[in-house]
Amino acid sequence: MTKPAYQSATVTETPALRVEGLGKRFGGLEILKDLSFTIAKGERRAFIGPNGAGKSTLFNMIAGDLAPSCGEVTYFGENISRVPGYQRVRKGMVRTFQKNNLLNELTVQDNLLLVLQMKAGLEHVWYRPRLAKHFPDIYERADRLLETWGLADRRNAVVKNLSYGEQRQVEILLGIATEPRILLLDEPTAGMSNSETQYILRLLQQLPKDLTLLIIEHDMDVVFGLADRVTVLHNGGILLEGDPQAIQTDPRVYEIYFGQEGVL
Amino acid sequence: MESQKIKTGSLAAVLLLCLVPFLSSDYFTGIMAEILIFGIFAASLNLLVGYTGLVSLGHAAFFGVGAYTSSLVAIHLSANLFVSLISGLLVSLVAAGIVGFFCNRVSGFYFLMLTLAFSQMIYALVYRWGSLTGGDNGLSGVPKPTLAGGVALDSSSSLYFLILILFVLVMAGLRLFVRSPLGQILVGIRENETRMKSMGYNTTFYKNVSFVLAGGIGGIAGALYSYFNGFVSPKDIYWTMSGEVLIMVLIGGAGTLLGPVFGAAFIVILETIISSYTDLWMLIVGTTFILFVIFIPKGIVGLESVWRKSAKARAPVQTESPESVS
Repeated sequence: MTKPAYQSATVTETPALRVEGLGKRFGGLEILKDLSFTIAKGERRAFIGPNGAGKSTLFNMIAGDLAPSCGEVTYFGENISRVPGYQRVRKGMVRTFQKNNLLNELTVQDNLLLVLQMKAGLEHVWYRPRLAKHFPDIYERADRLLETWGLADRRNAVVKNLSYGEQRQVEILLGIATEPRILLLDEPTAGMSNSETQYILRLLQQLPKDLTLLIIEHDMDVVFGLADRVTVLHNGGILLEGDPQAIQTDPRVYEIYFGQEGVL
Repeated sequence: MESQKIKTGSLAAVLLLCLVPFLSSDYFTGIMAEILIFGIFAASLNLLVGYTGLVSLGHAAFFGVGAYTSSLVAIHLSANLFVSLISGLLVSLVAAGIVGFFCNRVSGFYFLMLTLAFSQMIYALVYRWGSLTGGDNGLSGVPKPTLAGGVALDSSSSLYFLILILFVLVMAGLRLFVRSPLGQILVGIRENETRMKSMGYNTTFYKNVSFVLAGGIGGIAGALYSYFNGFVSPKDIYWTMSGEVLIMVLIGGAGTLLGPVFGAAFIVILETIISSYTDLWMLIVGTTFILFVIFIPKGIVGLESVWRKSAKARAPVQTESPESVS
């Protein structure tokens, strides 16, 4: 059996992400307790677990949208625990949202151009309208991305007029357009039809191999179609971690999903 | 071409505005000048309210700071236009920088209350510092601005042209700015600040940029108003002035370039006409405002689309318009 790229790398290589003792409490309520794990560069790691396990809270803290109560996050060897979220994005740690979180009154293209203009370092240009004739590069890049993601004919549609599935595609596309080194996908296919899910899965499988992917997902087709390793969260802690086959056959995973008593 | 149409339209409008002092009385020219000044003021607040989504109830602070600074400089230091105008601009930029720094740490309702609180603090300072600002009596005897050769802009038409030139510069600058990559960031913040952050934008920084810019342009409007009146009243910095300019923005159409200018024209004309008949003109402005908010929430510029829709409903269906062929 051939090993995935991330496992064949030398042990000394800096991990893409290291989470150490990360915890979050709201008052007396402990949402996440003392989470630690390491993710190698290029790894595709899925996080599964029942609702309320703390998956989204974990992503919020890794992305910097929520301050942890304790613990540290290290990104390619750099401690980013106190770096604000928008700067983490600039370093290449990008997230998508579980619920569509888009600029609803703007067109698909304008949503995308806001990402691309920053990647091109144009965000402080104030004296020239952002038209295709002035900034052809970002418009071409937008065209290519929209074509790859099957949204080319929706380019001038206002986001709020798109179907839910299309909005979901835009949500993921905005993350990818940022050209991240680590991409956190929070339930990318939530609420999508089966065929839409398959379509998204194929696109995600085609992402560059050196992109590290963290994904929260309930759809097991997506989890097993994408992940190298799976972490199971339960009650704010890590229940187990392993490759997809091992997780699939582990009785404890069945127990937490189907609600048997006295598991932990 | 859409942009060609806009160019032709603006050129025609500017030419018409240039003719005003030659074709009408000093009284009417004065009203037009006041409309242009409040047009600049409303357009500056619109940058905050309409484009960045930050509703401020303290924008008169910067109008007032601009007016008092330019007037004090004109009275005590130099009546030179550039010296006094640029002093007014700089001090209002600094004031907006300080106020914006604090206000942009909170959002929504708290932002609104903080802008109100800061503007009332500035008002209190102006009101109490009577030796400098004239306190309740205001600042009178502001000299008319002079140009480099010592030529004073003392006729109503020369002042009108100064105001018109600045109006055109501000509007052209704003049109360029709001469509630029930087201006589009502000629109993005209005739409969804969380998403802008997760795109990597330091939204607080851009909100400060918007606040400072709005304050600076508001300061220019204030300076022009003091030249125009030859007098600054503490009313110009009071919160009712902030409310009035906010009403101009909303009645005209927030988030559009020309809407606030139409709103300013509407309020100035209403005020001039009605106040000559009754003291209750605020009542009428209030009623108009309520009607606008309920029936035409997009403001005066929204009237066009309302009219177009109803015209479409009435007109027989056209299969092919002859223009579309050419």
